[in-house]
Amino acid sequence: MTVRDAAREAYREALPALSASLVGGLLAGVVLGGMRGELRAVPGLLVLVPALLATRGNVYGSLGARISTALHQGLVEPRVGAGDERLRAAVAAALANGLLASMFAAVAAFTILTSLGDPVAPLPVLVAIAVLAGSFSGVALSAVVVTAVFAGYRRGRDPDTLVGPLVTTTGDVFGVLFLLGAVRLVLFVGGVV
Amino acid sequence: MLPVLLVLTLVEVGSGLVLGRFEAQLLRYPTLLALVPVTIGTAGNLGSILAARLSTAFHLGTLSFDPGNEHLSGNAVATVALALTLFPVVGLGAWVLTALTGGARLAPETVVTIAVASGLGLAVLAVVVTVTVTYVAYRLGLDPDDVVIPVVTNVCDVLGVVVLVATVQVVL
Repeated sequence: MTVRDAAREAYREALPALSASLVGGLLAGVVLGGMRGELRAVPGLLVLVPALLATRGNVYGSLGARISTALHQGLVEPRVGAGDERLRAAVAAALANGLLASMFAAVAAFTILTSLGDPVAPLPVLVAIAVLAGSFSGVALSAVVVTAVFAGYRRGRDPDTLVGPLVTTTGDVFGVLFLLGAVRLVLFVGGVV
Repeated sequence: MLPVLLVLTLVEVGSGLVLGRFEAQLLRYPTLLALVPVTIGTAGNLGSILAARLSTAFHLGTLSFDPGNEHLSGNAVATVALALTLFPVVGLGAWVLTALTGGARLAPETVVTIAVASGLGLAVLAVVVTVTVTYVAYRLGLDPDDVVIPVVTNVCDVLGVVVLVATVQVVL
């Protein structure tokens, strides 16, 4: 095998997954571009965006990998309705990790921006947005990951190769959409901040 | 899982602070805001795919840290070629979608230039970071699969923001 062959093989194998997540990223970007009003209304929100998006990938990517491994080992049945205890525990742990990381990001962003003397929305506003966005997108992503991994496995596809592109694609879109929903809800409930 | 997750979250807040520094500019040009998630995502994906492939080659014993090694050089070349394929689409896509939603204030060629220059810079950085982290993991006797992928993905996320913002300052 020459360098040229190795490069061609790597290029061909990576292009489809990268293209899929490119589409997801662009859609998320358009929603973010349309969120300028909300970003102005909640100073510090933009600082949270990368952390909230990465948390989705880190937490639900790892959930998908765990479920794939459990399927391969025969520890979990590929049926959502089975009410499997291991499956429920893995999803609950992912949701808890995702919420904790989101809250932590909000507190860290607030503390750093305050200590720098930068304008920042009140802490309860940022935490409420992070928690709501984390819960909504967490439930949606868990459902997508579990359903897609099971469906892929039943059709004889290796779930390991599905999880990465799926989570990066849907994670960005859901992450930004539910962030927008959470900001609107918090601004609505709290009046104009 | 949780301590690692919190450290990674803190790193991402760091990249958010970089975005926050340029908030006024990003809010003035929605096309730039539209580039943010896709640039971060593609940079992280390029890094994580390269890391996964190098880890596998390492486990199979076909990888050596020598520029003449076909897996090392081939994957590095593929990463740059993928960036050169994808980032023109990223730039054009961000411009078209922002124009359709009624907010494009930058010329399409400016947006494509920003996307391609950032993408090329990010591909080179992704190769350097991934090879370095894989090498360090190997020297320390750590399993590259456990360590390299999360570290590389999050470092590339942060670099995605930094390189994008830096490119915008040069081009605009």
